[in-house]
Amino acid sequence: MDNVLKIIMQRLALGLLTLLVVSVVIFVAVNMLPGDFAQAILGQGATAESVAAIRRDLGLDQSLFTRYFDWLGGVVQGDFGTSFASANAANFSGTNSGVTTVAQQIAPRFANTMFLAAVTAVIAVPVSITLGILAALYRNSLFDRATNIFTLSSISSPEFFLAYVLILFLAVVNPIFPSLSNIYEGMAFSERLNKSMLPALVLTLVVTAHMMRMTRAAIINLLASPYIEMARLKGISPMRVIVKHALPNALAPIINVVALNLAYLITGVVVVEVVFVYPGIGQLFVDSVKLRDIPVVQACCLIFAAAYILLNLTADIMSILSNPRLRHPK
Amino acid sequence: MMIWILAALVGMGALAWGFRFAGQQVTGQKPVFRDMPFGVAYGYVLAGFAACCLVWAYYQGHSSDPLVANKFFFLRIGIEGFIIFAIAAWLFRLAGRNVGTAWTKKLFRAMPLTAAFGILIILIYAVLAIFAGALAPYGQEQIIPGVAANITPGGDPALGGNPDFPLGTDQIGRDILSRLIYGAQNTVGIAFATTLLAFFLGGAFGFLAATFGGWLDQILSRMVDVLMAIPSLIFALLLMTIASVWAPRLGVPLTVFMVVIIAVIDSTRVFRLSRAVGQNIVVMDYIEAAKLRGEGLGYLIFREILPNATAPLLAEFGLRFCFVFLTIAALSFLGVGIQPPLADWGTMVRDLSSFVNYAQFAPMAATAPLLAAGAIALLTVAVNFVVDWMLHKSSGLKE
Repeated sequence: MDNVLKIIMQRLALGLLTLLVVSVVIFVAVNMLPGDFAQAILGQGATAESVAAIRRDLGLDQSLFTRYFDWLGGVVQGDFGTSFASANAANFSGTNSGVTTVAQQIAPRFANTMFLAAVTAVIAVPVSITLGILAALYRNSLFDRATNIFTLSSISSPEFFLAYVLILFLAVVNPIFPSLSNIYEGMAFSERLNKSMLPALVLTLVVTAHMMRMTRAAIINLLASPYIEMARLKGISPMRVIVKHALPNALAPIINVVALNLAYLITGVVVVEVVFVYPGIGQLFVDSVKLRDIPVVQACCLIFAAAYILLNLTADIMSILSNPRLRHPK
Repeated sequence: MMIWILAALVGMGALAWGFRFAGQQVTGQKPVFRDMPFGVAYGYVLAGFAACCLVWAYYQGHSSDPLVANKFFFLRIGIEGFIIFAIAAWLFRLAGRNVGTAWTKKLFRAMPLTAAFGILIILIYAVLAIFAGALAPYGQEQIIPGVAANITPGGDPALGGNPDFPLGTDQIGRDILSRLIYGAQNTVGIAFATTLLAFFLGGAFGFLAATFGGWLDQILSRMVDVLMAIPSLIFALLLMTIASVWAPRLGVPLTVFMVVIIAVIDSTRVFRLSRAVGQNIVVMDYIEAAKLRGEGLGYLIFREILPNATAPLLAEFGLRFCFVFLTIAALSFLGVGIQPPLADWGTMVRDLSSFVNYAQFAPMAATAPLLAAGAIALLTVAVNFVVDWMLHKSSGLKE
C-alpha cells in the first residue's frame, strides 16, 4: 500500500507544480495587455493623479514579480481581487458599498456550474455505460451501427446546434422544459432540476458518445482473451460473460474516460451556459471577457484550469488504483 | 403519465414474447428465433414501435390543420433530409463504383454508406467555398436597398416571405442564402488555414523533437504539457480578450490573431502525435542507414520520416480540422471570433437565435438559425464519418 501512496503523492505534487506553472502563464498573459488596470478602471477621463493613486492602491507600481506573488498569495487564501466592473460602478456612484470581490461573484456561480455538471453526470454515466455494454453485446448489429452513427453525429455537432435543436423540440414545439435556466438562490430543488434539465441534456449528448464508444471498445478488446473463450465454452449467456467477466477488467479505461469527460463538463459548459443563460461560471467568464474585466477572467481561467488538472489527475490515479500491474510496478 | 409509460413498456414486453413465439412457429424453429434472447425480441419490438411513431409523426407533418402540421414540421424536415441524404450518398457510392480508375472503384466498393455521405458533403462544401462569389446571388455585406429586414425563409408571400430571397433576410436586410454560401468560404476557409498552420507548427516541432531528442525534446515537451493543462476553449477566450485590445492598436484584424492563437493552441496536440509517430520511426534501421550515409536533417525529416508518418497525420488532420472548426464556431458564437461584417455561421446563429422561439406558430422563421448551425454540424459530422472510416481501414480492426 505504501507504494500506491507514494505514486499518488508523486502525481499530486506533479499536478500542483503544473497548476503553479499554469498560474504563471495566465498571469503573464494577462499582463501582456497594453495600458494598465488603473487606466482600465478609471476609463478615458482619468486625471494623472487619480491614476497614480489607484496604481498605488492596487500595487500596480510594483514589479511584475512582486505582483505575481501578491496575487498568488491572495489566491491561496481565496482572495481573487476586486472585479473591475463592480469597482467601476462603485466609482461612478461614489460609494464603496457596491464593490464586490471576485470571490463573492464566483462562489454562487461555481456552485451552479457544479450542480449542472452533477446532474449531467448522473444522467450521462449510467446511460453511456449501459449503451456501451449493449453495443458490445450486439456488436456489428443494426443497433450497434445506429448507436455508432447517432453518437458520432452528436459528438461532432457544435454544442449550440444540439442546444437549439433540443430547445426547438423540448421547449418550443412541445413545452416540456423551460428554454431559459434562470436559477436563483433559495429555489426548490425540483424546480431547479427542471430548469437545468435542457442544458444537462445537451451536455449529456455531448459526453455520452465518447464514454459509450470507449466502453464498447474496452469490452470488445477483452472479448478475444482466452478466459472469455473459456466462459463462453462453459455455456454462460453472452450478457453474463460481458457483465461478470469482461466489465471488471475493462473498468480502468472506462473510469479514465469518465473522469476525462467530467473534466470536459466543467470546462466545456461555456457555450451551453451562454445559450441557456444559465448563471454559471462559464457565463460569467464570457461576460467578463466581453467587458475585459481582467481579475474575473484571470480567476475563472485559474479555476477552470484547476478543475481540469484535478480531474485529469483523478483519472490518472483511478487507473493506477484499478490496475494491479500499475499498482505494483516491477 | 408514468402509469401509461409503464403500461406501454409491459405491453411491448408481451408483444416481444408474442413476436418471438410467432417467429418460432412460422419459421419452424429456425435458429434465429429459437435462440433469440428475450432482450433482443424486446429490442425489435421497441425499434418497430419507434419506427411506427416516426411514420405517424411524418404524416402528421403533412396534416391540413396548420397547428398540427407546424408541430411536426421540423420532424418532417428532419426525416425527409435524412432520406434524401441517404439516397444521395447511395447514388454517389454507386457512381463511384462505376466511374473512375480501378483504384477509386475498389475504394468505393468497400466503402460504408456513412463514409460516402461524408465525402459527398465535403465535396459540396468545397465547391461552395471555392465558387462562393459566383454562386451567391448577393454580396455577403450587401444590404439590398428597398428590401425589408427579417423576411421569413420559404419564399411564400402569405407567410411573410419573398420569392427573391428563398431563405429570407437577416436583422438588417442581408440575404441569408448568400451569407450562408459566403459563410462556407469564410468559416471553412479560416478553419482550414488555421489547421494548416497548426500542422505546420506542431509537425515541424514534433519531428524536430523526435529526431534531436535530448534537451530540445525536454523543453518543447514540457512547454506543450503546460499549454495542454489549460482547457483549450478557455485559453483561447483568455488570449482573445488580450488580442481584442491589441488588434486595433496594431492595426491587425482580430481574425488574424484568432487564427494564430487557435493554431498555436491546437499545434500542441499535433506536436504530441507527430513526436510520438516520429519517435517510432527514428529508431528504424533505414534512418540509421540514412544517418550513416551522411544525410542532413532536412532530408531525414522530409524524405524519410514524413512519408512514413502520412497515414496517422492525415487522419489527425481531419480530426484537428473538426476541433478547430468547432472552436472557431464557438468563439464566433460567443462574439469574439470572426468579426462582422464577414459572413460567418457561428455569428449568424447568435444573431438569428431568437427566431427559434417562434417555431410553434411560424416554423419557417425558426429555420434560419438552425440552417447556419446545421451547416456547421453537417460538415463536422461528414469529416468525422470519413475519418472514422479511414481509421477503421488503416487499423485493420475487423471486430
